[in-house]
Amino acid sequence: MDMDKLKTLLVKKPLKLDCGKTIKDFPIAYETYGILNEKKDNAILVFHALTGDQFVTGINPITKKDGWWSFAVGPRKAIDTNKFFVICANVIGGCMGSYGPSYKDSNTNKILGINFPIITINDMVNAQYSLLEFFKIEKLFSVIGGSMGGMQVLQFASNFPDKVKTVIPIACTSSHSAQNIAFNELGRQAITADNNWNNGDYSTKNINPNKGLAVARMAAHITYLSKKGLQEKFGRKLQERDDLKFGFDADFQIESYLRYQGSVFVDRFDANSYLYITRAMDYFDLTKQFDGNLAKAFLNTKAKFFVISFTSDSLYPTQENKEIVIALNSIGADVGFVEINSDKGHDSFLLDVPDFLNALKNFLEKSNN
Amino acid sequence: MKQEFNIIANNIENGTRVLDVGCGDGVLIEYLKKEKSIDVRGLEISKDKVQKCISKGLTVIEGNAEIDLKQFPDNSFDYVVLSQTLQAFINPELVIKELLRVGKRAIVTIPNFGFWKIRLHLLIKGTMPVTKTLPDEWHNTPNLHMCTIKDFVEFSNKINFKIFKSIAMNKKKTSLINNKNLFTKNLFSELGIFLIEK
Repeated sequence: MDMDKLKTLLVKKPLKLDCGKTIKDFPIAYETYGILNEKKDNAILVFHALTGDQFVTGINPITKKDGWWSFAVGPRKAIDTNKFFVICANVIGGCMGSYGPSYKDSNTNKILGINFPIITINDMVNAQYSLLEFFKIEKLFSVIGGSMGGMQVLQFASNFPDKVKTVIPIACTSSHSAQNIAFNELGRQAITADNNWNNGDYSTKNINPNKGLAVARMAAHITYLSKKGLQEKFGRKLQERDDLKFGFDADFQIESYLRYQGSVFVDRFDANSYLYITRAMDYFDLTKQFDGNLAKAFLNTKAKFFVISFTSDSLYPTQENKEIVIALNSIGADVGFVEINSDKGHDSFLLDVPDFLNALKNFLEKSNN
Repeated sequence: MKQEFNIIANNIENGTRVLDVGCGDGVLIEYLKKEKSIDVRGLEISKDKVQKCISKGLTVIEGNAEIDLKQFPDNSFDYVVLSQTLQAFINPELVIKELLRVGKRAIVTIPNFGFWKIRLHLLIKGTMPVTKTLPDEWHNTPNLHMCTIKDFVEFSNKINFKIFKSIAMNKKKTSLINNKNLFTKNLFSELGIFLIEK
């Protein structure tokens, strides 16, 4: 499948971005699963994380790999596509068909590169709102997402309080922490330090900052796992050798694993998109958007919230998730919260963690009655 | 159990907001939702029990009452219910104060350690009492601060909160407790149910 055969919605309405620029006539690539019922009240908008895309489940037609949330979304799964109509869009700034730095401007016939405007989580959410209008959905049954997807969930619930019945932010935060900004900056520096990045102008030169992007991915990948999880999976096991080789090859399995993760990532992800999307995450501070009072972000909400965190998530720890719960409680909003036991770190929300998937399934099905 | 829930439900008006602290697997919340039209939610420390509540479609927040009641603003609930849990806290005084900050009123029920069977058990057998309402042994009980109905009444004077209704329960029989019958109610009741306010 070619990129130009992806489902896209051309958004004609101008969208004013937080940076001050206005965009219009831009594409949003999306995918849907399940069937929208007649009342149009069974739609769930799923938001993807930093390196995700619209291919939530099934086989991703571009990468030929399983969708990023195959464990959670599908027939009879936690987000049951026999019951729900699941929509997921590639965020603006992304590289799977939506308007982003790899978009070719039809007027100039040039790839935008770093001429693409700086976007925010708020911009991503406002752009995706067009999908509700496109499908003529008055009110979503739910908005769900983990990590950066969770940030979009919070922003959506704040921007469109009447447009959603249930709100499920998972393993996320209302305000990106210094540590997380630091990790993102490390990734960006790795990319821009690669000579092939060429100030963002690489596609036209037929080069790619693969080394920088791979290092960015490797560094980030470590933060998605937990120390305990890494130790249990890899320990000090050696990679296809009986002893140390006294060199800088990948002696250890963990090294080989990270190198592999880096190498497959560069085949499917655009380096400039990585810069733009991590920036959007860093800029995310819903608390600041509401003068330091997060509760104000949700003042008009009648939605039912369900916040989920994981014990071993050091990127978006339980305490940060709890701050969302506290803010919602302070205005008497309907909010449930559970912390899931898992050794799998921040990645837990993407993996087969039965307690998590059961909680998600039960919450959705009981809210559907 | 059913009778205790019945009394709690009878003392809560429709249309109120209620928080069940230490809601377990949500049996009381379910009962209250069935009997009343109220907005009720729970706080529960055990992950497994929170999962059970979610599977029943109940709104529950995972948390420890001794830490997490802090997140609720003053008077954010009409009633805060604490069913047979006060004795399990490290600092019952702090919890009572928090209940009455978060709720306009609180309903606290306690297993009565002054019940005659318990007194007799200790007197005759010389071992820590194990009864239907207190089924655990001394070494595995979650109960740190057992008290009697009389203790709770004295506690209200000491830390300065008002008991505006006290109900004694023995099997299915219930009766009101007052200053005159306190001695006998303390001896013959398995459970004390107190409606309190600041």
